[in-house]
Amino acid sequence: MGYTKDELLARLKELQIDFVCYDHPAVLTVEAQAKYVGHLGGALSKNLLLKDKKHRYYVVSALANTNIDLKVLSQRLGLGKGGLRMAAEEALQEILQVPLGCVTPLALINESARDVSLLLDQGFKSQESCYFHPLTNEVTLSISANSLDKFLVSIGRQPSYVDLEANPAVGKDNPPDLASLVPSGIPTLPDKVENAVTSIPTGNDGLTVEKPTKLAGEAKSPAALQKEKLQKVQSSIDPLAEATNIEKLVKEIMNKTSTAFLNEITKDLNDSQIAPSISDVVKRRVSSDLEHMMMSLKNAAYTQGFQAGFQATLRSSLQSLSMQK
Amino acid sequence: MAEEPKKGDAVGSGVGGREAEEEQVVNPWEVTAKDGGKIDYDKLIEKFGCQRLEESLVRRVERLTGRPAHVFLRRGVFFAHRDFNEILDVYERGEKFYLYTGRGPSSEALHFGHLVPFMFTKYLQDAFKVPLVIQLTDDEKCMWKNLTVEESKRLARENAKDIIACGFDITRTFIFSDFNYVGGAFYENMVKVAKCVTFNKVVGIFGFTNEDHIGKISFPPVQAVPSFPSSFPHLFSGKDNLRCLIPCAIDQDPYFRMTRDVAPRIGYQKPALIESSFFPALQGETGKMSASDPNSAIYVTDSSKGIKNKVNRYAFSGGQDSIENHRKYGANLEVDIPVKYLGFFLEDDAELDHIRKEYGAGRMLTGEVKKRLIEVLSELVERHQRARAAVTDEMVDAFMAVRPLPHMFS
Repeated sequence: MGYTKDELLARLKELQIDFVCYDHPAVLTVEAQAKYVGHLGGALSKNLLLKDKKHRYYVVSALANTNIDLKVLSQRLGLGKGGLRMAAEEALQEILQVPLGCVTPLALINESARDVSLLLDQGFKSQESCYFHPLTNEVTLSISANSLDKFLVSIGRQPSYVDLEANPAVGKDNPPDLASLVPSGIPTLPDKVENAVTSIPTGNDGLTVEKPTKLAGEAKSPAALQKEKLQKVQSSIDPLAEATNIEKLVKEIMNKTSTAFLNEITKDLNDSQIAPSISDVVKRRVSSDLEHMMMSLKNAAYTQGFQAGFQATLRSSLQSLSMQK
Repeated sequence: MAEEPKKGDAVGSGVGGREAEEEQVVNPWEVTAKDGGKIDYDKLIEKFGCQRLEESLVRRVERLTGRPAHVFLRRGVFFAHRDFNEILDVYERGEKFYLYTGRGPSSEALHFGHLVPFMFTKYLQDAFKVPLVIQLTDDEKCMWKNLTVEESKRLARENAKDIIACGFDITRTFIFSDFNYVGGAFYENMVKVAKCVTFNKVVGIFGFTNEDHIGKISFPPVQAVPSFPSSFPHLFSGKDNLRCLIPCAIDQDPYFRMTRDVAPRIGYQKPALIESSFFPALQGETGKMSASDPNSAIYVTDSSKGIKNKVNRYAFSGGQDSIENHRKYGANLEVDIPVKYLGFFLEDDAELDHIRKEYGAGRMLTGEVKKRLIEVLSELVERHQRARAAVTDEMVDAFMAVRPLPHMFS
């Protein structure tokens, strides 16, 4: 399940990040948000979730008055002229796990968003405080660009600030300057039949078609850079610790199960209000037991591994000892 | 470490005898209330010099951990502390701490009172994501209960299985028994501590006399030094400033008063404490939980039928003697054991409030309250037994192996 606003704020506090929260009624647009917090002196942000033809996702977060030309951005990313479009509403839920009108760089805290690329307006750097939604439309979070960076680094991201209004020529002698920001892993969405391509895009894709063979050599470097960047990001997240995080696993299992259940039940029921509250109760009751069972599993698996390791070391020591004689 | 209050097991009867007439006695080997009444916790806090655990601290814990506080915190079971706020400060700054708790393995049968500190410690481990060391004081029980070395070591391993079944995370937990582990850096710290405590001091703190054997008198440092990270070089090497938080029952306070007194003198940080009140016996606060009386407590080996029987027949009721009187006057919640036990184990705050209200007003009968308690306890016991069945000797060996814990702070 996605992080809640409170979990996000708790994390910011842990990181000793200064922030201020402003509550207001739910807002779906920057104009509406401005009505409540526009007078407070901070910089409002507009946030887009974009998707390319290979189903890779990008969060573009900019100052409200920065001009964003999707065609230019698409070329700068190496995706061709019409490569970028606004993502579908479902993607907000599934990938960023935020409601409509709530796209925010902070949503990258969610595991589901691990393959989403983030482009930040370099204009944020000159602002004292910037306004983003902390995973809910009913609150505006005021935070400095430095603090945002600190947060991003803590979730394994390198903040990438970009001059979003720049329009450099992209061609044979000028490779797309933002190509390194194209994600190399592809998120697989449920209910969709994707060809999950996990390899790094080969040099020819998405570049303007001019002398492909020569370009292939050049283009590998941004792709290789992207791979390097991803590897750096991955090494800061310990995969073993992630895989044995029982709480997270239980949350995911419960959410998948209850979503599946809810979908089935609300098909027949007229009242779609009852089912979610029932599922909450069920979740609470089962989660606790499930967590205990998973801990037993974790401990048992570790014990088996420990035994095996011990035996292996013993054998090799005995062997080397007997060989010495 | 000692467990629940036991009358008649008092060590240092000299000190105990003087006080027993006028005041309550609370130390690791004896807990008796004044005039056979209830323990006065306010007086205890004042006498020991620890702090009350205020609501605001509980709220702070919830904020920092991003989850609801454990039942025991919400209901004031863990009600006193020393420097817990400092631990929270440290945590908020992004620094870490580790947990230390333990058990004196004196009997094979564990009851729910024994599990209380472990259930709470598991919550702390999960909520703060910190490592834990668990000490099994088999040497203490060998000395105080006059067990053979083999028997106390065996009991330590058996108890370890029930402790593991509480759900501790093997990638963050080190269990050790004194007979196995004392030595090396641990022993060096024991000597450092021992040098700082005079004979007079231990007599004053623990009530030892000239007739007590020297094993008892030199035991306290053994329970003190797990508070210092340098006692565990395979875990905390290079982290000499790591703070320690000790969840325990309040009768253990004397050990750690002594430890906190010594720590700065040997250049170590003082351990922080978070302390619980005593778990009442089935027959009531004034009754004594004793290993010889199986009906004084609910054991983790009890069947659901056994639990039903014990609660219905032996749980001290605060209800009135007749239904008419009960409807008229309501139940005495101060002495009613089923309601008290529900206070420990019923997760749902709203439901507990409802029961207290209805039962106190006489609208709910004792039978109903007992029925709910039986349900709650049976679920708990079932879960414990399922987990316990999965604990093998190999798992105990793994928990007790002197090994690094690379993911202990993840």
